[in-house]
Amino acid sequence: MRFSSTIDLVRLKKQAVRTRIRSLQMVHRAKLGHPGGDFSCADILTALYGAVLRVDPSHPRDPQRDRFIMSKGHCSGALYATLAAVGFLTGADLDTYMAPLSRLNGHPDRNKVPGVEANTGPLGHGLPIAVGCAMAAKMSDASWQTFVLVGDGELQEGSNWEAVMAAAQFKLDNLVLIIDRNRIQQGDFTENTICMEPLAERCRSFGWVVHEIDGHDMQALVECFRAAPFTQGKPSCVLAHTIKGKGVSFMENRPEWHHHVPSGDELERAIVELEESLL
Amino acid sequence: MSRMVDCRDAYSKTLEEMASADERIVAVVNDSVGSTKLKGFFAKFPRRSINIGIAEQNMVGVAAGLANGGKIPYVCAAACFLTARAMEQIKIDLGYSQYNVKLVGISSGMAYGELGPTHHSIEDVGWMRIIPNMTVIVPADSIETQAVMRYSAAHEGPIFLRISRVPVPDLLPAGMNFELGKTVCLRKGNDITLMANGVMVCRALQAAEDLQKSGISARVLNMSSVKPIDREAIQDAARTTGGIVTAEEHSIYGGLGGAVAEIVAQTHPAKMRILGVPGVFAPTGSAEFLLEHFGLTAEGIRAAAVQLLESR
Repeated sequence: MRFSSTIDLVRLKKQAVRTRIRSLQMVHRAKLGHPGGDFSCADILTALYGAVLRVDPSHPRDPQRDRFIMSKGHCSGALYATLAAVGFLTGADLDTYMAPLSRLNGHPDRNKVPGVEANTGPLGHGLPIAVGCAMAAKMSDASWQTFVLVGDGELQEGSNWEAVMAAAQFKLDNLVLIIDRNRIQQGDFTENTICMEPLAERCRSFGWVVHEIDGHDMQALVECFRAAPFTQGKPSCVLAHTIKGKGVSFMENRPEWHHHVPSGDELERAIVELEESLL
Repeated sequence: MSRMVDCRDAYSKTLEEMASADERIVAVVNDSVGSTKLKGFFAKFPRRSINIGIAEQNMVGVAAGLANGGKIPYVCAAACFLTARAMEQIKIDLGYSQYNVKLVGISSGMAYGELGPTHHSIEDVGWMRIIPNMTVIVPADSIETQAVMRYSAAHEGPIFLRISRVPVPDLLPAGMNFELGKTVCLRKGNDITLMANGVMVCRALQAAEDLQKSGISARVLNMSSVKPIDREAIQDAARTTGGIVTAEEHSIYGGLGGAVAEIVAQTHPAKMRILGVPGVFAPTGSAEFLLEHFGLTAEGIRAAAVQLLESR
């Protein structure tokens, strides 16, 4: 689908909140999941699917579609809720999240879920695949773009840097790397684990054009994604500064919410806070 | 015996022919344009030639992405680095994701000889065989290599194709068609069955000739298709001959011998001898020296067959 140039910010912001609520309900029901990271990337996913990606749920494998690769596959709750919001899945599908024999595995499976491009979960896989997608488009003189979302802790995997070098070498200006910079990985803050800074400088030094934005500013996200490529002949990186657990006071910036499952009480309180933000 | 041939030439020449006819075919290498014999391909099809540098994980991930974009990538690299270094990408990006990528593992087995165990690839068949959706083929000569290459482009799904650089004679009929999951019986016989693939097939045929001199009639099966494997031919050999000797340039664990034993033990138990590298890292020596060292010779196969028959 093509989007109009005007951005319906109110609609997108509301959708991002609904995605958070829905994904938290899914995690609560499944008693498994990664709500902290679901929340940090909910605005990014909503911007992409709501106003940027040329994808069509009725033709999920259209050769001319834009590619989006969710490298941080553990945040499948947010991904599935987003895919349902735009018609790739139904609300009933979401209720089966991680249930026995459900097609909604804890990590996405492209052969079971329409709209998923790669089976991710082990970290450091999405960016190399995205580089290959972008190369294929160049070889075919095709105009579709490739977007890939990685976590910041994920960038500790060396395979990413192999791909970062290759993307610059092959001048992949049809590739957009989005970094969900929530500063927390499974066990601790990234900077207490393996320091990522200066992350923007590191990416620039590898030949990428980096734009740093507030990863929860819907207008900034959409405008930034639509502006890619930032420079002809160079790959684009959006360093999106985010907050893990964004939108719920007791979840924000707390490493334990990486994969903490909310109790019934926590779920209720979270939904109250999120719904208040809708008003 | 006909002249000895390096199968890499057959694979690269066939890949060039295929690429002329099919624009989707792309070559991906990790700096090894020379040793993968792809200089000709790179010169003829520069837009479809990707040297990703010394980065095997990225190489396999990139290939999955190329397949996503409608290409048919042939990832050509030394078998040792391709399989071991990129194992998780092969498992997840190709096997689990089911991307249509062809892996050509060059200079497999102990072909790198004196370079040592870092460069030997005697675990690759076992590793690849375990991955769901992965097809594993080990051609016997340059004729079968060409046939397998032609087959591979039409096959939907990931394939691991194992190509040695140890020269072998041409054994199979020129212009043959490769049939996945089917053995080719190279010699009829009823006393014992010799099953081999890759560089061991010519040695198994020589062993059968030598056994004939002692009055032993040995069947020789070319087991190039390791996965899927020809269950019928294996069960028939177990049922109608006195035992099975497998021979492969691979560890005795998890390769052809293991695949055959899994079927024999569960269907028609028969005595077996599994010839290969016996779970050790090889000492220093040329490929030919190491094959000899581990008894991966016509004489080694012959002796194992005689010993098996005597033990019954």
